[in-house]
Amino acid sequence: MAIDQIDKTAKQFVLTVQDYSLFAYRAGMNLFNPPRYWVDFLLQCDIIGVGSTAIVLLSGFFTGGVLSLQSASTLSAFGASNLTGRFVGLTMIRELGPVLTGVMVSGRNASSMASELGSMVVTEQIDAMRALGVDPMRKLVTPRLYACVFMLLFLTILADFFGILGGAFVTIFMNHQDGLQYFSTAWESLRYPDIVQGLVKPLFSGFIIASIGCFYGMRTTGGTQGVGRSTIQAVVFSSVLIIVADFLLTQILLTLFASL
Amino acid sequence: MNAPEPVTTATSPRGQAAAPVDATPVVAFQNVSIAFDGPPVLQDVSFTVGPAETRILLGPAGVGKSVLLKLTNGLLCPDQGSIRLFGQEISRMSEQALFPLRTRTGIVFQEGALFDSLTVRDNIGYQLIQEGVPDDVIDERVREALRFVELEQTFSLFPGSLSGGMRRRVAIARALIRQPELVLYDSPTGGLDPITSTTIIELVMKERDFYRTPSILVTHRLQDAFTLCTHRFDSELGHMVPLPKGQADPNTTFLMLEEGRLIFDGTLHEIVHTDNKFVREFLL
Repeated sequence: MAIDQIDKTAKQFVLTVQDYSLFAYRAGMNLFNPPRYWVDFLLQCDIIGVGSTAIVLLSGFFTGGVLSLQSASTLSAFGASNLTGRFVGLTMIRELGPVLTGVMVSGRNASSMASELGSMVVTEQIDAMRALGVDPMRKLVTPRLYACVFMLLFLTILADFFGILGGAFVTIFMNHQDGLQYFSTAWESLRYPDIVQGLVKPLFSGFIIASIGCFYGMRTTGGTQGVGRSTIQAVVFSSVLIIVADFLLTQILLTLFASL
Repeated sequence: MNAPEPVTTATSPRGQAAAPVDATPVVAFQNVSIAFDGPPVLQDVSFTVGPAETRILLGPAGVGKSVLLKLTNGLLCPDQGSIRLFGQEISRMSEQALFPLRTRTGIVFQEGALFDSLTVRDNIGYQLIQEGVPDDVIDERVREALRFVELEQTFSLFPGSLSGGMRRRVAIARALIRQPELVLYDSPTGGLDPITSTTIIELVMKERDFYRTPSILVTHRLQDAFTLCTHRFDSELGHMVPLPKGQADPNTTFLMLEEGRLIFDGTLHEIVHTDNKFVREFLL
């Protein structure tokens, strides 16, 4: 019985991965042939990008502040409190900015995509759309996918910027250190590979958020309870995958830049 | 290839001989079967829908009526068998190839399936909006469709603010706006009160008698089915009137499903005089 259950679960897992791969491939490739729904793309940019700005700014600012608070005491033990700017800047740009933005946007948008599309599935709106001659993949999924990738890049830049500002705020007003020194060490320590690392990650995070959110939404079954289940699955899987992808990308990019 | 003979001529209930119609069936099912992770939902189903013909699909709940309707315009793919829509084999057709065919059909879903974030105007004009038709043309055609279902006042409202019956009527308007060549009604009166149900059936009848559009109507309400057979829409009076006693619309016929199998295909006269035990029990 246990073997049967493992066998069934493993097959289900492989099938889900296969379905997801095909789904994500189709959603991505739809951009390269008409019809393209640019209005929906812009609408999604507004919902995903502009709508998430506040939470990204706040979480970025306070994360930068916390980093500054935590690092100041540790660095001062080594007489290196003047490196707070460098520490906060590098950490935000290379790691925390992209990951934090990805997880925050995932919590807000992967859930909304899954619940919105899931509700449409259970109320037959997706079938109605197909019956009216409109491809739901092109109309609903592809615009969300590209809007999420596009906007996450800018949201990450904002999160990085406000994280450094948050660190500066704590450094200047709470730790009473020199602000100019904070910014100059942050600036001087930055290298192009750091920036590239920080800007490549949100592209993958954006893809994961939208594709997972839409995937679970579009395969919703079981009425309103099913919508809730899809929403949970979308948030959990997208958040975990963002962190896993971040780990893999960090390893790949570090190896790549080390060899250059 | 044991498909039933398509309807080639029809005699109008009004006593006039209708013009001969194209012999090609609009829909032809042949030995169609489908299952979803379990026992078959439909088994070996074969029937046709001729031009100007209305087929009323009867059967208890959960017998596969809605599945059959979704198979008709390719929303589902059969596991076995052949489905021809407008003469084209659709059972193995790609989703992209199906879209143009689907735009020639109209479907009214069980619960209406209106887009709840769009207004009535945008719901009814959805296809036209996607095709880039100018706004003033869309407005005009949406108002015309709303006039047909007598709901002009709902033009700017959202579906959430409409009653169940009004939502069904809006769904009918959406299905009919492009004057489809086939209309599929999935339990359009399900869950509605008798007065609203009669209003909906009158609209179905109006579409049948006014535009002579072929259709499949799924229902488990016998009263609706018999009303469709024994009445006609009088466009001068603006409402339905009963046919002379003993007469029935010859183009309105019955199909009946039992546990996924088609057990009856015939006219009103045949269904009320059938020996089939299940059909007789259903009629009682």
